[in-house]
Amino acid sequence: MGIKKPLNRVWALAFFILATLLGGCQRPQGGLTVVGSTSVEPFAEALAEEYMVHHSKEKIYVQGGGSSAGIQAVRTEAAQVGMSSRALMPDDRDLIAVPIAYDAIAIVVHPRNPVANLGIDQIKGIFSGQMTNWKKAGGREHPITLVTREEGSGTRESFQHLIMGKTEISLAALVQDSNGAIRQVVADDPNAIGYISLGLVNNQVKALKIDGVEANVENIKKRRYMFVRPFLFVFKTHPQGLAKNFLDYILSPQGQKLLIQEGLVSAATLANSQKGAQPRENV
Amino acid sequence: MFKEKILEKGFFFVAFSSISILALIAFFIFEEGVPLIWKVGPSSFLLGERWFPSQGSFGIFPMIVGSFWVTLGALIVGVPLGVACAVFLCELTPPSVSMVLRPTIQLLAAIPSVIYGFWGLIILVPLIRNALGGPGLSVLAGSLVLGIMILPTIISISEDSLRALPRTFKEGALSLGATHWQTIWRVLLPAARSGIVASVILGMGRAIGETMAMIMILGNAVQMPRSILDSARTLTTNIGIEMGYATGDHRQALFATGVILFFIVMGLNTIALVISGRRRA
Repeated sequence: MGIKKPLNRVWALAFFILATLLGGCQRPQGGLTVVGSTSVEPFAEALAEEYMVHHSKEKIYVQGGGSSAGIQAVRTEAAQVGMSSRALMPDDRDLIAVPIAYDAIAIVVHPRNPVANLGIDQIKGIFSGQMTNWKKAGGREHPITLVTREEGSGTRESFQHLIMGKTEISLAALVQDSNGAIRQVVADDPNAIGYISLGLVNNQVKALKIDGVEANVENIKKRRYMFVRPFLFVFKTHPQGLAKNFLDYILSPQGQKLLIQEGLVSAATLANSQKGAQPRENV
Repeated sequence: MFKEKILEKGFFFVAFSSISILALIAFFIFEEGVPLIWKVGPSSFLLGERWFPSQGSFGIFPMIVGSFWVTLGALIVGVPLGVACAVFLCELTPPSVSMVLRPTIQLLAAIPSVIYGFWGLIILVPLIRNALGGPGLSVLAGSLVLGIMILPTIISISEDSLRALPRTFKEGALSLGATHWQTIWRVLLPAARSGIVASVILGMGRAIGETMAMIMILGNAVQMPRSILDSARTLTTNIGIEMGYATGDHRQALFATGVILFFIVMGLNTIALVISGRRRA
């Protein structure tokens, strides 16, 4: 008897573990899974929440993981919808991409930094590591703390493409793995400079003017602020059923209004003339 | 008897499956990573200093150097503290005190690493930035946090090896007229040396493997740190920070980073096993 009792417990534990594992294998029934860019994720979550208020029987699951992971998930059919914060790569052109909104990239510094405007060449100089002191950019005498996103990030690729061109981002730059982390570092360090999604600029950081143009929705609409990228929903085939309903909701005036409130630019405003960042549209 | 046989088989199966899981993981890491190492060339992969995966440059030397400096820093912080603490727990404190202290130290091991990272980011990083300059996200901050994180490993194994010493060592030294301190310094610590070295190597393995806290406080720049106030990237944080968005060669390069890490950690564990094995023999 002395042995038996603990053994029962072992079997119970084994059973429990097995049951949990098997339970975990079950996929959510009948819902819509949306996976991808961490830049798009918060907006998609807000949209999904709003959508589910009106359609209480339908379930939408939004997950992060990154643009590439989202595209991969759509390809392998692990998710019905992928989110991407950059234009599709040439390899992925067989997928269907629909812009749900546009987002600008803002160059941000600490609010106490006296610098308010940088030319595009100055930005290139700073991010390539050639200009290392704020004094040269019209600021205080102090080394610049450079903050960038990691290789492969949609935001980094868009920044590279839209602003840096062929110039490489300095390897000495600090690397953070989300918009929020960059904002935190810049908010804490009076000498830091980084780039984040315009929708995420708050009073902790200051968005710089680029060549005298302020980063705001008005200037994006007038096409004066050019550093704009698409937020894409990616599908393997033409969306049907719940995926189509959700997409229609997002593109409806109601859904677009929500995105505009969150600081993005509506899909319709820029749909036809985003040069460079324009994805192929099949829908 | 019959039941015992079934159980024996059952446990064999469980033990075997855990080993085969290890083998599977190793297989996949190698299958994904090794082709890229060959494609880039082992020497330019290991010794290259440029990391631009999107343009096909895969050099992880700055990360190897980063891992080395951060781990060394952690040992400089953690080993003296840890060994001193083990001696204190064994020799200098009444059992009632060590009964409170020991679980407290073990609690250090139970704190999730993201909490250490968060603490480092909020408290330590601004402190270093304001007091010493630089971005604050630095090798120094990483070393200090890692040094604390490896304390439980070093303390518990060092303490075990001190307690495992025969009582006669201590009694002999004291009866020869050595003071308590001389006994500790000249007799007990040298006698427990192999156990202490094993604890340091296991702590080193822990330090090299730490990822989450390091992503948060090292700054992750792909450069050779020139001072302890510079940012650095370790092998593990290279994988952790870039895996979300990596595809194709880039993803394979991260697996290849894992291959290198695998060899380093295997090497360290083997050394630790040999040393602690020698102690038993």
